[in-house]
Amino acid sequence: FVKKLENISDNEAQEILEEKNYVAALGICAQGISRGKPDTALTSGDSFSVRVVQFLCKKSFQAFNLKIYALAPDPYLESESEYSASCSEEEDEDEQKEVSAVLSDQKTPAKTKAASTPPPRNSLAKKNKEQKMGNLVEEYFEAHSSSKVLTSDRTLQKLRKRRLDQQTLRDLLKNAPLAYAAEIRNLNQQHESLFSKWMLQLHLGFNIVLYGLGSKRDLLEKFRTSLLQDSVHLVVNGYFPSITVRSILNSITEEVLDHIGTFRSPLDQLEFITKRFKEDSSLELYVLIHNLDSQMLRGERSQQILAQLSSLPSIYLIASIDHINAPLMWDQAKLSLYNWLWYETTTFNPYVEETSYENSLLVQQSGSLALSSLMHVLHSLTLNARGIFRLLAQHQLEKKDNPSYPGLSFQDFYQQCREAFLVNSDLTLRAQLTEFRDHKLIRTKRGADGVEYLLIPVDDSTLTDFLEKEDEDV
Amino acid sequence: MSTCSVSKGCFVFKPSTKKRRLSDKTAHDFRCTSNDSEDTELRFVTCQSLWNQIKSETEQIQENLNKQLLDNLVSFLSRSHSDFQEKTTDWTCRMKFREIPTAALVLGVNVTDHDLTFRGLSDVLQDNITPYVALLEAKDCPGIKNLMQKLMGQLMKCDIDVDSLEDEDCVQVSQNRIRCSMPSLISWYDSVTKKTNSETPSKKRNSSSRHWQSPPVVVIFKDMESFTTKVLQDFIVISSQHIHELPLVLIFGIATSPMIIHRLLPHSVSSLLCIELFQSLSCKEHLSTIIDKLLLTSQFPFKLGEKVLQVLINIFLYHDFSVQNFIKGFQLCIVEHFYSQPLSVLCCHLADIKKRVYSLSHDQCESIRRLPSFRRYVEKQESGKQIELLTNNSFLKEETEKLLGDLHVYHENYVRILRCLHVFTSSLPKYPLGKQIRELHCACLENRVWETEEYESSLQLARMLNKTDLVTMLQQCVEILMSSSGKEFDRAVEKLKEFLTQFQNLEAEASQERDVSVSPQKELQKKTDLYHLQKTLLELKESRRSKKLTKFEMLRFEVVDYIDSLVRRYLAPADERALHEIVYFNGAAVLRGHLNAAPRTALHTALNSPHWYLKNQALRCDGGGISNKAPDICIVYKLHLECGRLINLVDWLEAFSTVVMAAEEPNADAASSDQVDDVIHARFIRAVSELELLGFIKPSKQKTDHVARLTWGGC
Repeated sequence: FVKKLENISDNEAQEILEEKNYVAALGICAQGISRGKPDTALTSGDSFSVRVVQFLCKKSFQAFNLKIYALAPDPYLESESEYSASCSEEEDEDEQKEVSAVLSDQKTPAKTKAASTPPPRNSLAKKNKEQKMGNLVEEYFEAHSSSKVLTSDRTLQKLRKRRLDQQTLRDLLKNAPLAYAAEIRNLNQQHESLFSKWMLQLHLGFNIVLYGLGSKRDLLEKFRTSLLQDSVHLVVNGYFPSITVRSILNSITEEVLDHIGTFRSPLDQLEFITKRFKEDSSLELYVLIHNLDSQMLRGERSQQILAQLSSLPSIYLIASIDHINAPLMWDQAKLSLYNWLWYETTTFNPYVEETSYENSLLVQQSGSLALSSLMHVLHSLTLNARGIFRLLAQHQLEKKDNPSYPGLSFQDFYQQCREAFLVNSDLTLRAQLTEFRDHKLIRTKRGADGVEYLLIPVDDSTLTDFLEKEDEDV
Repeated sequence: MSTCSVSKGCFVFKPSTKKRRLSDKTAHDFRCTSNDSEDTELRFVTCQSLWNQIKSETEQIQENLNKQLLDNLVSFLSRSHSDFQEKTTDWTCRMKFREIPTAALVLGVNVTDHDLTFRGLSDVLQDNITPYVALLEAKDCPGIKNLMQKLMGQLMKCDIDVDSLEDEDCVQVSQNRIRCSMPSLISWYDSVTKKTNSETPSKKRNSSSRHWQSPPVVVIFKDMESFTTKVLQDFIVISSQHIHELPLVLIFGIATSPMIIHRLLPHSVSSLLCIELFQSLSCKEHLSTIIDKLLLTSQFPFKLGEKVLQVLINIFLYHDFSVQNFIKGFQLCIVEHFYSQPLSVLCCHLADIKKRVYSLSHDQCESIRRLPSFRRYVEKQESGKQIELLTNNSFLKEETEKLLGDLHVYHENYVRILRCLHVFTSSLPKYPLGKQIRELHCACLENRVWETEEYESSLQLARMLNKTDLVTMLQQCVEILMSSSGKEFDRAVEKLKEFLTQFQNLEAEASQERDVSVSPQKELQKKTDLYHLQKTLLELKESRRSKKLTKFEMLRFEVVDYIDSLVRRYLAPADERALHEIVYFNGAAVLRGHLNAAPRTALHTALNSPHWYLKNQALRCDGGGISNKAPDICIVYKLHLECGRLINLVDWLEAFSTVVMAAEEPNADAASSDQVDDVIHARFIRAVSELELLGFIKPSKQKTDHVARLTWGGC
């Protein structure tokens, strides 16, 4: 039997050898690299076009790129004391150089440089494709090996720029004209012409997944309004921060199937839905999921349930994905349940709705959000509790220059609170801290010596603002 | 109602009941797209009926292929069960050791196909062996409790099916109440078997009279590898305690290799099992059969073009080994073809062609005239006929009918000769034209096979075949050609038979020849010294070179040449035939896009070269770089590519605003610069959060106002 298996694998190996080319073109990751690589190489080449001659001696752009960073001359460091490390400055300089180079290229009709360089570049790129792969690996480790990261120390705070909150951001963007509106409209019209085909394929048992750059919300919305008006359908905003599979299933059982009652587990609920849909063949449901790959839905169990849901013959699923690694969510079993037909719908529409919820990256607005929530919570507390929190905040701000500040130890804190007549026993302090912790105002962690340390998980600037506001109120 | 909300993520829309669409909307979808032709209804019906035929055919194939396996399993089950039935000594001794009869079913890595196999298996079991079959999946059984719950639920449900439906409610209730444990399962089993024993003559059990009196309880673990070891071990140990009360049989579905049983279960547990191994058919054989029955036949009018077939086969070989997915791809091909080709209404069985051709409208005639293959055909005709074809609709229809008939005949002949050629090429060393008939088929579809190097070398090799091989091959070819209904190959068959008789005649002559050839050999043995040996060898060589070919060799040449002539006559690629567009589907790019998409590449292209999508002159760049007028996200992406592991947001913002300001011409005066700055800031924020959504960066705690890059190497 084992022998038989070997035979099989031998045959496969042979076939695989025979069509190696195809593998090269298909392998998901390899494909991205092999296709994408020359492009990026060319562009980074542009940014260094001044040193084209040097480049021609070197084998690869990227390696060269890194070398430049590593060997960056010190003068920058000396002249610009603002920077802790030279590299990012070098990088900025390069970027600006690139800009000017690009500009001059566009303005001046003389394109001698461009005309002379491409052929060797291309041939080199081809010749060194393999080498480039090798270099890529080396680069990766080179960049990830050293714990020290060379970037400038500038922070947004020093920029003295007005913070933008969600509302002003929206207003500003609304006023800013969308670039290439006509072209984008064209692109979208092309996709819209596929609507009836989607309907056909949905009815034939396939499900449809849309991918490509740009928000596909408007497109799906248009699909919904133009074709689904007369049928029962469910729209799921996957990007909604607190969406769960449970809520999707609930809205199917409660609103579509008019079932009153609860279920022990999502699996039971799924079973119920399956049964109902199988019993009643006239029951049909279109499910539109924006961002099937969102944080909340990308889990294995959620995907399994959604896949099983989509495999029902009278449930038609049309979904969109955006994350670059989204296809990794699905194994073969799930893929066959989903029965996807892939459609590339690059729309170039801004992700307005999709990004309106997330505030983690936008330091500018996350601060204001945290501040307002801080204020809200504290206003509902007693005066003593506010005093306690204030004490902690002040202490934390005093130590803000110490990067290894572990937090205020409980004993010290208790001492200080006692001295300020805020508490009379450590029990009352503990009760107060529990309340803070429940509101996520503080975090406690045990140090190596077993002592409990208290920390406010808010950045310093917000804390400063908070204290200022508090002072105003008082 | 809007679907934007900050408090809700799901929105249900229910139209009023009277407005709901009618049921035949699928046909409606087909129609509303292609308003250019009036035959959409017919096309859709043809498409559906074709697909249904193909679907039932594939199911039939699957059933036949699994028959052997299922028969073996059934006999195994009845054996294991008979022991229990007869209470023989063998059983008692096994009982002493508490061994559970177990079938390990090795199914291969194509997990997606397993469902069908299991469905067939449980159907067969329920028909022949036992009504008590439970199918368990790992995802339903995270713990032993869930497993028992699931098991009992399924077993009792099949009890309901057998019994009358009136009891359903009470059973349903009791199922929830019963504590799911082995004793309760056993008591259930006892009660059920007792009931059936008492009422064996009753009408109710007529259908299940094939079952024995105490049928075994079969538990199928669909995906054994994904079960947690603890659950499996517990279940096996517990049930082995009760094996003398409950005739349990386990079936493990295994995707990898039988070794996994020993890896998952320690010796103490696996010794409780009495395992027998079953091997299912390999998925490649399955695919070959499918291709043989679906493509290499004239039963179905619809055909796949070379590239399309190649795409489907490649997805199969390099992605999933899943026959189901292959069939899904085939379905998609059919739908695409009938949807996108208005003339596909003519892609029907030979009997219907005449009627359909004569009901063609003028527009459809025009679209026939526009077909590239038809134009080529017209150009080859004499001028009088050319004019007739281009102006006279009824003449065109006659001609179309004839051509479609020709196409059908061509395909029939093609398949026969392809099989003959495959008989030859499949036994050559190194298989220059491929081992499988599908490879040969692809090669023949791609271009004229006789012009390829591989064909040349396989002919060379065929000219060196020995006689016995050659004779068997010829016999096979004769069989293949004889099986065809038409008279097309009568002459070929005759010719081949003639070759065969000639070979037989040769045998008689051969004995005489051997005597002649012996003599130099004998001479050779006489000479012993080196010089003479060399001399005679040289002479021998000389004589051999000049020697005329033997009769056998001549005949062999003749045979190969004849096969070659057949190939040249019948195996011309399909796209040389007129009107092949009607029958052959060639949208390989569409197919690949839908089945084997590369979302990451699409994203990358859009970010790197937006002009690919946005057809604007300003975006076009000579150097392959990116213009500073590109959409914000492209610029931000480009800038981030130049950074290392961490990116400083401030620097990034500054670089972005420099690029954007440069693009916006220095018309902004100093007064409004602050305002502009805010807008750019906002645009930057948007672009960065979009990149985060796409998974290129994530916020980092390592340094303030830094983000971490998540991709490497420009993609």
